[in-house]
Amino acid sequence: MTVVNSSTSSAGRRPRGTDRRSRAGIAFVAGYVILLIAFGVLPTGYAVYFAFTNAGGTFSGFSNFITTAQDFRFMDAVGHVAVYLLFWLVSLVVFVVGLSLLLHRLSSGVASKSLRFLYYIPGALAGAASVLVWLFMLDPSVSPVSSLLGTLGFHTFGEVIAPGNLALLFTIIAFWTGAGGWIVVMYGALNNIPKDVMEAAHIDGANAWQTAWCVQIPMLRKWIVYMVILAFAAGAQLFVEPQLLSLASVGVAGRDYSLNQLTYDFAFQMNNINGAAAVSVELLVVSVSVAGIFVARSGFFDAD
Amino acid sequence: MSRTHLQAPARRRPTRNLVPRLLTGSFLVVFLVFFVLPVLWLVLAATKTDQQLVHGNPLSIGSWHAFKANWDALTGFQDNAIMQWLGNSTLYAVISLVITLCVTIPAGYALAMTEFRGRHSLLVATLVVMLMPTATLVVPLFLEVNAVHLIGSMWSIILPYSFYPFGVYLTYIYFSTAVPKDLLAAARMDGCSEFGVFRHIALPLATPVIALVGFFSFVANWTNYFLPYVMLPESSQMPIQVGVGSLLSNVPSFNPAVGTTAIERPQLALATLVAITPVLVVFLFAQRFLVSGMLAGATKE
Repeated sequence: MTVVNSSTSSAGRRPRGTDRRSRAGIAFVAGYVILLIAFGVLPTGYAVYFAFTNAGGTFSGFSNFITTAQDFRFMDAVGHVAVYLLFWLVSLVVFVVGLSLLLHRLSSGVASKSLRFLYYIPGALAGAASVLVWLFMLDPSVSPVSSLLGTLGFHTFGEVIAPGNLALLFTIIAFWTGAGGWIVVMYGALNNIPKDVMEAAHIDGANAWQTAWCVQIPMLRKWIVYMVILAFAAGAQLFVEPQLLSLASVGVAGRDYSLNQLTYDFAFQMNNINGAAAVSVELLVVSVSVAGIFVARSGFFDAD
Repeated sequence: MSRTHLQAPARRRPTRNLVPRLLTGSFLVVFLVFFVLPVLWLVLAATKTDQQLVHGNPLSIGSWHAFKANWDALTGFQDNAIMQWLGNSTLYAVISLVITLCVTIPAGYALAMTEFRGRHSLLVATLVVMLMPTATLVVPLFLEVNAVHLIGSMWSIILPYSFYPFGVYLTYIYFSTAVPKDLLAAARMDGCSEFGVFRHIALPLATPVIALVGFFSFVANWTNYFLPYVMLPESSQMPIQVGVGSLLSNVPSFNPAVGTTAIERPQLALATLVAITPVLVVFLFAQRFLVSGMLAGATKE
């Protein structure tokens, strides 16, 4: 009966309801598609166009990439961002996963919930606010942990923010603001591990370490990959932290620490829009390829 | 597999696992101090004079008088610029939030629940752009906005903020995992239009994800620095983030070259508090969804 109905009522091979739903689907995504084109696709296209042309608008091959790469600050900036990313991603994976597992094991629900909440609070201070807070924390003359800084051999603000320490300091700032949110996400994912899987591990005599290592972490893998991808993409864009620090550093930190600071400098201080576009394109290519590798190797989006 | 069998080992745990439990506890407490101490210090700093900040106990409370003086000095800076920045931020964040929700929720719903030509490519495009945060696109966006003569207009940041692929992706995950398709099919069978299904069935079920997308997008827009820094260079148009950054360059102890319009450190701490208050308020409202593990259901396979 159903078969007859659908074959008589449809013009082609698809039943009419599907057409109607298909049109509705397109209507529902229309607004998003317009924004996607205007603020995702077009600027990317624009960046690529500027990266491969010169100031006069004629095709210039890779010359913008070569000029910017030969800039004396470029390799330094690449190195800074790479070291920062290494610190940032490792600390994020180790401590976020560790803390989530520990919080999940807490027998007191109230304690676990309050701790998650308190850990999350710095998330409200993202952006310029977190940098300002840490400028204070790192300034031995006002810091509540100035004795700790003193023990580590730092007595002036200038000593703390010496160029060699910056990658670590930016990691601390980023972890302080970002970790709480990811702990909440990981905790949610841990909650979703089916009860019988945990019970089975328990019955098999697995201790806390074994359960975490062999059951929970593998089941968190997708979320960890997701976190690393987003943290990588965000970390490669480092801008506000070094920029504000350079404003406050009594001349210790420069305005050319990160790649995005360099694009800003090329575009707005040196009037080299094409060079800035070339660096932007490089950042995009790296971010998207790294994400692509992670996605492909982990099978993150297999479900689709 | 009876309950009693499972609970028997648990009862012995406290004595056997005392050392690991102490280690766990201290680990959690160390991180608690790390996360909370700076916030606590910041709140207290706003109630002190610069002298007290340097010489007093870092965790002491200042005085109402000092707080009032800091407040007056802060609002006195550039003739109450801080309130103007706060107003700007609110305007930008709220308008873009409304646009984001109106655009994002239907899009995520359609990607999860309907079939249409180009659905798969749109999903892939969303994943790709999700990985390229606006920061890399700031210079290209500047060029694009400059080409249509919108530099210095609030739309130059509101419209890019409204584009929020992460929200589309979250909504997509939510609808494809937490809302059964049968439910929508039943409503269609009862004669509901496609819009009616969305409006009457999907939307009420989507409250948690709307709260989540709204919260994330509000915080992302409120805390964005690079884009408005480039697009809205005039002080009267700055959002609070950029404004607070410009206050920083007027603090003599961080930047000795400052002239007469100096700002002291407690006033900067107060400005930072002012900048985060709206986010904290929104956060308190949204935390029910956030901390209670709203992702419950979103990850089932």
